[in-house]
Amino acid sequence: MFSGPPPSDYFAIFGIEKKLALDVEDLQRRFYANSREWHPDRHARAGGEQLASAEAASATLNDAWRVLRDPVARAEYVLKGEGFDIGEQRGRDVPPELLEEIFELNIALEEARDGNAAAKAEVARALAKFEGLLGVLDSQRDRIFIEYDAAADREILASLRTLLNRRKYLQNLVRAARAALV
Amino acid sequence: MSLFQIDFGNEDKPHKVVGIDLGTTNSLVAFMDLTAPKVIPGTDGSPLVPSVVSIPEHGEPIVGALAVKRLITHPDRTIYSVKRLMGRGVSDVQDELKLFPFQIAAGSESVIQLSLGGKRFTPSGISAHVLRQLKRNAEAYLGEPVDHAVITVPAYFNDAQRQATKDAGRIAGIQVMRLVNEPTAAALAYGLDKRENGIVAVYDLGGGTFDISILKLHDGIFEVLATNGDTHLGGDDFDNLLLRVALEDVAAEWGMDLSGDQVAVQTLRRAVIDAKHQLSTLAVTTIAFHYQGRSYRRELTRDSLEKLIAPIVNRTLGPCRECMADAGVTPEEIDEVVLVGGSTRIPMVRQAVRALFKAEPHTELNPDEVVALGAAVQAGILSGHVHDKLLLDVTPLSLGIETMGGVISKLVHRNSTIPATASETFTTAIDGQRNVLIHVVQGEREMVRDCRSLARFDLKDIDPLPAGMAKIEVRFLIDANGILNVTAKDLRTGKEQTVEVKPSYGLSDEQVEAMILESFAKAEEDFNERQVREARVEADRILNAVDKAKGDDVYMELSDEERALVDNSIAELLLAYHGENHHLILDKLEALNKATMKLAEMMMNTAVRSALKGTKIDA
Repeated sequence: MFSGPPPSDYFAIFGIEKKLALDVEDLQRRFYANSREWHPDRHARAGGEQLASAEAASATLNDAWRVLRDPVARAEYVLKGEGFDIGEQRGRDVPPELLEEIFELNIALEEARDGNAAAKAEVARALAKFEGLLGVLDSQRDRIFIEYDAAADREILASLRTLLNRRKYLQNLVRAARAALV
Repeated sequence: MSLFQIDFGNEDKPHKVVGIDLGTTNSLVAFMDLTAPKVIPGTDGSPLVPSVVSIPEHGEPIVGALAVKRLITHPDRTIYSVKRLMGRGVSDVQDELKLFPFQIAAGSESVIQLSLGGKRFTPSGISAHVLRQLKRNAEAYLGEPVDHAVITVPAYFNDAQRQATKDAGRIAGIQVMRLVNEPTAAALAYGLDKRENGIVAVYDLGGGTFDISILKLHDGIFEVLATNGDTHLGGDDFDNLLLRVALEDVAAEWGMDLSGDQVAVQTLRRAVIDAKHQLSTLAVTTIAFHYQGRSYRRELTRDSLEKLIAPIVNRTLGPCRECMADAGVTPEEIDEVVLVGGSTRIPMVRQAVRALFKAEPHTELNPDEVVALGAAVQAGILSGHVHDKLLLDVTPLSLGIETMGGVISKLVHRNSTIPATASETFTTAIDGQRNVLIHVVQGEREMVRDCRSLARFDLKDIDPLPAGMAKIEVRFLIDANGILNVTAKDLRTGKEQTVEVKPSYGLSDEQVEAMILESFAKAEEDFNERQVREARVEADRILNAVDKAKGDDVYMELSDEERALVDNSIAELLLAYHGENHHLILDKLEALNKATMKLAEMMMNTAVRSALKGTKIDA
């Protein structure tokens, strides 16, 4: 049965070690198992204090599941826990080697919004390229995850933060490009 | 006599929890019977109670099928589709009001008040009448008081609409154990969890609302991945469209505009609804309308109906696509599609669903009953009768607070599993400030003006300190019902901080309490009265039987003491009979039963002997 509040550390809630590379299927099994014990519906008859603490425990569990199942949210959680500022860095998030292409994409986006067909085609081309880049960043990210799990080094986390910020920047561009093509 | 067993009821039994589908058009109540959920029929034998309430000039409100008849005879006193008004202010429902014959009272900004025969009614109050009828049906059927229920709501209902539903339950004297989202309830009823790891889409098009939910099923766990919908889209819209066209047509043919005549409008409304229903199975039908000695007949084909409703059906597809994107699934990954709600009987709706999800939808369960059945399963989960299932639902709308310049800072994102929580620390802006006002909104847009105001929370009695020194941590918790709860703590002192809640829409706690008080005494009396009446019927039966038995020869074979005991028991039962305590009546009834046990046996033996001899005896 349910006893007391769960740990506040998201990894500890699932009874696993802090790791960046996670087996999400295993995490899901643990989430379901904990839900079966903690969910308020399991404590409806008891009511009162027990129901209230089950509700709080369940809410924390749900939050932990939401964060840890997603690689980006998980990485940000670990970065934050290690004292990194995970806010956006504006100009510094722009991948330098892509500056020129991003500039051109932004112009094409403007024109595409005005209904320019040639610009739309250009947006579509850029979109394909940037989507490919996102995939590359994701596999780089997964490599960094494994590296950090092997040797918990702050330098590795710093490179992870840079990568995540670039990814976020590209993701926003991709989203804008998709919206312009609809 | 000892010929029947009487169930005395057991005061210690756990509360029976029923499942209620409080629909726009029809409502139902169901319960968990041994292993499977079962709908409960009303006095007319049908489990469907039309969500229609008529308020006669004198006497009690009329609910259900009888009220439907009064839609035509008393359109100014009969309310339907009130679910569309739940948790809304008058500015939300301008379009609806053009079609509803109801009068809206002044001061309906945060809660709509219907003005009817000089009295005011809130949507929660009207819904409470429907709930009370369902409660009565359940009590008559189950033979015990029913005051705990699970009530379903559209998945896309916001906080105010959920709260209004919960209020309706409280006003009806029902403790609402849980609000469950309708599509999720339907998934529970279908019991599709038997398959390992399936993805299920539930498409729910009811009378007034549309929901789409995508769930992941795993070994009894029903995890909602995403939900979407439109609380202003349903079969009513088809009816209104047909009605408008028919009114124009009648006007052209008869040369008179009937749109101001409520009796005519409701009669024609009935006629177009009948035609709509028929076109679910026929290719062509006739709208037949008779009024004041004149007749109007117009052929309507399924094709022309489909042309008319296509734009509305298409409006359901956007939310479906968005829902799949949010759930991170493609149509190919969806294993099962379930159809819920009366409007999914329309062939065009089925076709649209089939085309979008590329799957043949499930229609085995009655789309009108499936939600109530699921609510009963959830009631079973809450009361501990169902152990192997668990629902993990989500909040349909993001929750945020207003920051500088009317911009929203999001605290809980839509499709987060509930219960969900978020904390935020607030401080004061000027020296000595005692209050901090927090404005909470629901919605997906960036600016406050584009979202829906949920409530204002006033953090009161903050210790006077220099600006920025006070630190108040506010905890927002969306509970398993999808309703927001807010608590606050002074981080400096660790003390609980007072929070005054001012809901933007809906009834205040005091208003609900007042409505409960008004109705509670009455409801309690109702149930007791019914119990007494039923006990008296039983007593009449046994008294008649004993009376007859006393004329039998074998009666004189009893000893004087035995006969005296029978007479005493009769006297005591008669005394209880004229009282108002049904427990006492049943007690005395049982005593008389015991006192006449021997007599009954002797008569039975005589009867058997006579029968063996071939002698005919009178019963």
